[in-house]
Amino acid sequence: MSQVDAKANRPLSPHLTIYRPIITMVMSIVHRITGCALFFGTLLVMWWLVAAASGPDAFATANGFFGSWIGIIILFGYTWALMHHMLGGLRHFVWDSIHGFDEKPREMLAWATLIGSVSLTILLWIVGLIVI
Amino acid sequence: MADMTTPLKRVRGLGSARSGTDHFWQQRLTALANVPLIIFFVILVISLAGESYEVVHDRLASPWVAIFLILTIISITHHMRLGMQIVIEDYVHGEPQRILLLVANIFFALIVASASIFAVLKISFGG
Ligand code: HEM
Repeated sequence: MSQVDAKANRPLSPHLTIYRPIITMVMSIVHRITGCALFFGTLLVMWWLVAAASGPDAFATANGFFGSWIGIIILFGYTWALMHHMLGGLRHFVWDSIHGFDEKPREMLAWATLIGSVSLTILLWIVGLIVI
Repeated sequence: MADMTTPLKRVRGLGSARSGTDHFWQQRLTALANVPLIIFFVILVISLAGESYEVVHDRLASPWVAIFLILTIISITHHMRLGMQIVIEDYVHGEPQRILLLVANIFFALIVASASIFAVLKISFGG
């Protein structure tokens, strides 16, 4: 294995801009984007918890933001990012078990991630709005 | 001479980063833990949506909620730090910029984790 001429035989992938987008590739990128969005989204979780620990005034400020239309849009997007990334992560577990690499399962899993995340997000918000 | 080491042996030799498969393993371990923890967290947040300060405070103060919240915070901040490290290593090629961002990544995760855990503990211990 170490004898392989790594430089000469190295496979080169075509550049992103000349590659027609396909569902598996888009879902792979979206997994990364949602991961990064969730990374910064933890600031909101931190704000909510610290506000609740600080007292009624700080909590009212945070709650006011989360209840505003911009806050609701962000939380809706947050929910979707979380659901999408979670399902995308489960997809990685399927691959880790050496399954789901063929064309059919691959595309099926990609669509399932997308459809599943949108459905779960809408479902959660319907439940959430009923609770309120 | 033919190379006698097996691929497994080479991986156990820990590779160029001297950490072997540890990063991958921790990413998967935290991802696995994240699934039930995130489901718990989402249900918690929905059940508290629109509730008053007193109700939220009391709920966060109850032991099992606080314990699972802290586990959630530990798991997701560790997971996101590992994940963001890969993203930075993939896209940032200049040595100084990369090191700066890798350090910022670690600090960010630790600050979010400590502040959030402190907040939960303060609420729990009656603050
Ligand atoms: C809800 C359950 C979650 C699961 C099952 C999960 C699963 C995963 C997996 C398997 C990866 C590795 C992907 C790869 O190897 O290419 C990953 C990457 C990542 N995750 Fe998560 N994750 C979850 C939640 C979160 C949360 C809550 C955050 C942030 C707060 C997060 C942030 C990230 C980031 C930044 C990456 C790196 C993205 C990349 O390399 O493309 N994840 N996640």
